[in-house]
Amino acid sequence: MTAPTTPTTQTTAPTTGAAPAPGAAGARGPAGAPAPRRRRAGVDARHRRGVTRWFVLAGAVLVAVLMLVPIAIMVLNAFKSPQDYSQHGPLSWPRELYTAGVQAFWERVQFPQKLWNSVVISGVVAVAGTLLSLLNAYAIGIGRIRGRLWLTTLFLLATMLPQEALIYPLFTMAQEAGLSNSRWSVIIIFTVIQSAFGTYLLASVLHTFPPALLEAAALDGASRWQILWRIVFPVVRPTLSVLMIFFFIWTWNEFFIPLVMLTTNDTQTVPVALASLQGDRLMDAPTTNAGALVSLVPALVFFLLFQRTLTRGVTAGSVK
Amino acid sequence: MSAPTLDAPAGRRPPAAGPARRPWRRPPWLPYLPYLVPGLVGFVVVVGYPFATNVVLSFQSWKGGLAPHRWVGLDNYAALLRDSQFWTSFQNSLAMVLAMVVVPTLLGLLLAAVLFDYLGKTFGARTSAVLRATYYLPQILPVAVAGVLWNWILNAQTGAVNELLRSWGVTEPPNWLGSPSTALPSVMLVLVWVQIGYPVVVFMSALQRVDPELYEAAELDGAGWGRRFRAITLPQIKPETFVVVLTCTVAALKVFGPIYVLTRGGPESSTLVPSYYSYLNFFDKSKVGYGAAVSNVLTLVIVVVAVTLLVAQARSERREEAGRA
Repeated sequence: MTAPTTPTTQTTAPTTGAAPAPGAAGARGPAGAPAPRRRRAGVDARHRRGVTRWFVLAGAVLVAVLMLVPIAIMVLNAFKSPQDYSQHGPLSWPRELYTAGVQAFWERVQFPQKLWNSVVISGVVAVAGTLLSLLNAYAIGIGRIRGRLWLTTLFLLATMLPQEALIYPLFTMAQEAGLSNSRWSVIIIFTVIQSAFGTYLLASVLHTFPPALLEAAALDGASRWQILWRIVFPVVRPTLSVLMIFFFIWTWNEFFIPLVMLTTNDTQTVPVALASLQGDRLMDAPTTNAGALVSLVPALVFFLLFQRTLTRGVTAGSVK
Repeated sequence: MSAPTLDAPAGRRPPAAGPARRPWRRPPWLPYLPYLVPGLVGFVVVVGYPFATNVVLSFQSWKGGLAPHRWVGLDNYAALLRDSQFWTSFQNSLAMVLAMVVVPTLLGLLLAAVLFDYLGKTFGARTSAVLRATYYLPQILPVAVAGVLWNWILNAQTGAVNELLRSWGVTEPPNWLGSPSTALPSVMLVLVWVQIGYPVVVFMSALQRVDPELYEAAELDGAGWGRRFRAITLPQIKPETFVVVLTCTVAALKVFGPIYVLTRGGPESSTLVPSYYSYLNFFDKSKVGYGAAVSNVLTLVIVVVAVTLLVAQARSERREEAGRA
């Protein structure tokens, strides 16, 4: 998310649409320039060369281990038979590669179907939400619609609204529209909810769009529609791709609205399917772990694929 | 905000040229209105109208479905004030703020400073990048997956923690999520685990933004690490700190998924939060009006907290600018 009036906005965004990446520019930058380091080495050389640094490293590594342990335990026990687990406990190496847990979970929740539901919902929301954000932001940031401050405030407030305050009416509306238990209801809802944030972010980016570019295009006789797609769009494309990835992941991880709106096996998303199996007799320790593992793999793969863009995006959110 | 008013009163300017102010005829922004139509329609359908309906519902008594709506005015809100579960849920919100805002922000600041300022320089940027990625890992898990995982780890009978404790000879290990005294601290611990990576990543990128020359100058003046941290680092990364605090606070007040998956608000409401309480009334107890009232109070609290933070931020920024001038 973004601070509405961080000073950096003005200084970093004047020329390109890549405004949400100011921090990234220095990501591998000259942060630890050699000059101060050498001088510092003179100041507290004893500290740097002594054992202290190993203690600090050990502390940081310990935190990392604490973060990893739950995930490692999950992987370890996903491939262990229930007997093996009850006999040798959670920390032992599996005696044999037991895949029945993965299989049981896979078939029980019809995983391919769930995966497809998640992909469709998140994918459509990512594209449609970004498009909607761009259209809104074009009108607000470049068109400078009257009352735009009011509008952006409204969008900002919408991002803070708890979904509980919308869910019951949305639920009844979906029923009336014949969209109950439909992926489309969830898609429509999240497209709008995500675009509230996207509009807020993009509008401030487009607000600083170089007017000279727009004027030149207009003099050449380009229409507003053409200016949007031929001038504005190419410039802000990096920002749009970050937004799109964010929307995809956020929607993928969403829980509350899919839980309420999608009630049957053939429409549910991966997280909802996993959660709704809780307390099920089938879910012994290996199956639970297998289920968690299988459910996190898509998120992990997606993260690794877009890691660079994403780290830029996280920075973006903060500094923008 | 800058509004580059083009002082070109003569001639027909293409509307795209900017907000040239011409009080006569149609204003230049009017042709942009169509671009806002899909967004506004969507906003009204998905946010505006449902929220208004929710407010209306909170003045009614309704069991949902085809049951009759009965107008009860402020009765639901009056009942809330006497509802101990309602107060418990907001009390637990404070615990959520502690676990999702206070602890992660402080710990994140410390970790980011150590990674960036110390380990990055003594052991190389690679080391700190790997550590940072590790801290961030829980953030990419879908929250329901993280919850299911921890639910098993902390399970009284088959959970990893208690299996270990038993193998070490503890005969009656605690029922982490199942007993009222340990459930809330356990949930908080899980939330810290989930949350910590976010501030670390944000603060590390913030630290990279700080001009090294500032430190250099301070060092020449003989300022130690702690002094530099307080006098330079903290003020410099204030914008990021504010963003982290704001977004995490809103998230902490809204938290639902982890509670649903870990404890369902139990045992004995010891982990009940407002969002789950409202869900419970909507879909479990079929007290729709009451659930709507809970969610509206939650909305109000969030908006008040967020606006307070935003105003505080704007004030401190203004003060700084004044100080600089």
